[in-house]
Amino acid sequence: MSTATFRIWRGAKGAGKFQDYTTEVSSGMVVLDAVHRIQAEQANNLAVRWNCKAGKCGSCSAEINGMPKLMCMTRLNSLPLEQPVTIEPMKAFPHVKDLVTDVSWNYSVKKSIAEFKPRPPDGPDGTWRMAQKDADRVQEFRKCIECFLCQDVCHVLRDHRMHDEFIGPRFLVYVAALEMNPLDVQDRIPTLRKQYGIGLCNITKCCTKVCPESITITDNAIIPLKERVVDRFFDPMTKLFRVFSGSPR
Amino acid sequence: MIRTLQDHDVHLGIDFFMEYTIVSLLKDGDRIAGAFGYDRERGRFHLFRAKAVVLATGGIGRAYKITSNSWEYTGDGHALAYHAGASLMDMEFVQFHPTGMIWPPSVRGILVTEGVRGEGGVLRNKDGRRFMFDDIPPAYANQTSNTEEEGWRYTQGDKNARRPPELLTRDHVARCIRREVREGRGSPHGGVFLDIAWIRDRIPNAAEHIKKKLPSMYHQFKQLADIDITVEPMEVGPTTHYMMGGVRVDPDSQMSDVPGLFAAGECGAGLHGANRLGGNSLSDLLVFGKRAGQYAACFAKENSFGTIHSSEVAEAEKQTLAPFEHNGTEGPYAVQQALQDMMQDLVGIVRQEKEMLLALDRIQEFKARAERVGVTGNREYNPGWHTAIDLNNLLTVSEMVTRAALERKESRGAHFRDDFPGKDDKFSSLNIVVRKGPAGEMQIRREPIPEMPLELKQIIEEMK
Repeated sequence: MSTATFRIWRGAKGAGKFQDYTTEVSSGMVVLDAVHRIQAEQANNLAVRWNCKAGKCGSCSAEINGMPKLMCMTRLNSLPLEQPVTIEPMKAFPHVKDLVTDVSWNYSVKKSIAEFKPRPPDGPDGTWRMAQKDADRVQEFRKCIECFLCQDVCHVLRDHRMHDEFIGPRFLVYVAALEMNPLDVQDRIPTLRKQYGIGLCNITKCCTKVCPESITITDNAIIPLKERVVDRFFDPMTKLFRVFSGSPR
Repeated sequence: MIRTLQDHDVHLGIDFFMEYTIVSLLKDGDRIAGAFGYDRERGRFHLFRAKAVVLATGGIGRAYKITSNSWEYTGDGHALAYHAGASLMDMEFVQFHPTGMIWPPSVRGILVTEGVRGEGGVLRNKDGRRFMFDDIPPAYANQTSNTEEEGWRYTQGDKNARRPPELLTRDHVARCIRREVREGRGSPHGGVFLDIAWIRDRIPNAAEHIKKKLPSMYHQFKQLADIDITVEPMEVGPTTHYMMGGVRVDPDSQMSDVPGLFAAGECGAGLHGANRLGGNSLSDLLVFGKRAGQYAACFAKENSFGTIHSSEVAEAEKQTLAPFEHNGTEGPYAVQQALQDMMQDLVGIVRQEKEMLLALDRIQEFKARAERVGVTGNREYNPGWHTAIDLNNLLTVSEMVTRAALERKESRGAHFRDDFPGKDDKFSSLNIVVRKGPAGEMQIRREPIPEMPLELKQIIEEMK
């Protein structure tokens, strides 16, 4: 059994400071185990949100040595333990206490997105038929565990704080899952352009890099949605057609 | 499924109170009048006036040291219902899932799905023997394959083949694993081997097949244990998984014997008898969760609000804040861990009277320690405080489990008594029912199981 030092952000509502805790570590431990040990032995009131401890619920998001990660899936043997491991709350959301942030903005965004609206059932048995290829495409997006690490790393939200103009990668993935579902008849393309602010994404792919579910956020969700917006609003042939036909944009 | 439901629900105009904990149910006479609790983020108290309350709090896994359950499964709904005067039953039936991860220590208890065995995974001891063939209960002998060949065909969808012994009931597989480990034939970290990689001898592209059929298991072991399950076997051992016991409810409405109090899912009792079968929990939630909601809504429409007594609220507030008043002679986590260790040792997979009587004594000691638990800091997002409050529920359910297990002097389903290893017909027609007595004492009663309605008997006959 050896020891390691964890430099954890302590404080409430944005104010606070790093505090060092040294604790025993053993083979196979993840960061969340160390946080729990510190909580049980040295700091009973250390606030941390967690649930499944198996990378499925998306609750224990934090910034470990500056990288947005799930604490439960970050093994200590992947970190240099000769120096303190820093653990901070996500920065893109309002701070609550210690490692806990207020992620409720995400829920209000989800509420604002028009829900799944299937076409009337047209299968012989009164349901629908869907090609496996289409199911697979949407299934990748449905893997999302809503850890919001992609939102945390996105510079539009993190640095520019444009939470009112941009829904962030998580919800572009969500919109992609709806838009690419062949049963869905709702049109979200105009909203994507205006209210959802898809143009603000300049495809730096940071979101894809931090996704613990390895969803190809930028390439498979955001870029195809951008293409749909461009096809609808900026295609020169369509534009020309609109000029002559007098149809509104 | 959860996300789909959530995606739909957010558009229905329902109020969600996330990260709230209910600490007490309030009553007006016999019936439910509301619920009192706090929000974890700010630690403020909230009083909900309610004509009907549906408990959906899940199980009690955190009463044990090794569990697949998260921190929330502290038996809150079980304890709330008990204190509100509802009857609980079948509390002796705690299911230990045979295959939890056992190494590294930090992931001990995390579930390894039955699907691994369903896809052809086999259990072996350190000598490489498929020990599940060694002990097939007579009652299941004609449904269980007796050759490896037939078992394999079953997992590959052959309807004429019988299931391999790895897929016997969870309690039996868990006890067989325990036996192998106790008799010195376990794996290096105290479990047995679960091997799915071996199917490469049977099918081409086995690695791809495993990754496709069991994607989350593949990732779980790869990321948490550095093990590629398409190449090497997993080490597994029993883990506390599911509580068959809970609030006794009417099967149609899901209402308890407290008017206005409903329970659905794991915190309700009855559906799974003495031992739940794989996959049935989800079906339970879908069918009886819907019923509970429907009947609770009907009940609320047909009844007016009850009166909330301010003295009850004041008492609940005082109780909830008590840990701040103590000077911290005991830490909440230390008591919780000691309780978990004790329940694992004395009221676990294999039980006997002597040990359970000792467990009752220990629970009384822990109760005294819980009274002294103190916490530091303030009320904002304070896990120490939350743990101190949840500890009372854990103590209540631990006592219910122990007393009910003492009362059932036989072995049935998930409940196994070393001192009464066989089934006893006398117990086949009764439930053990737990209720809070007038003086606050825990009452244990044997109550007859109502006779099966004729239409159900007919269905069983037709299925035979």
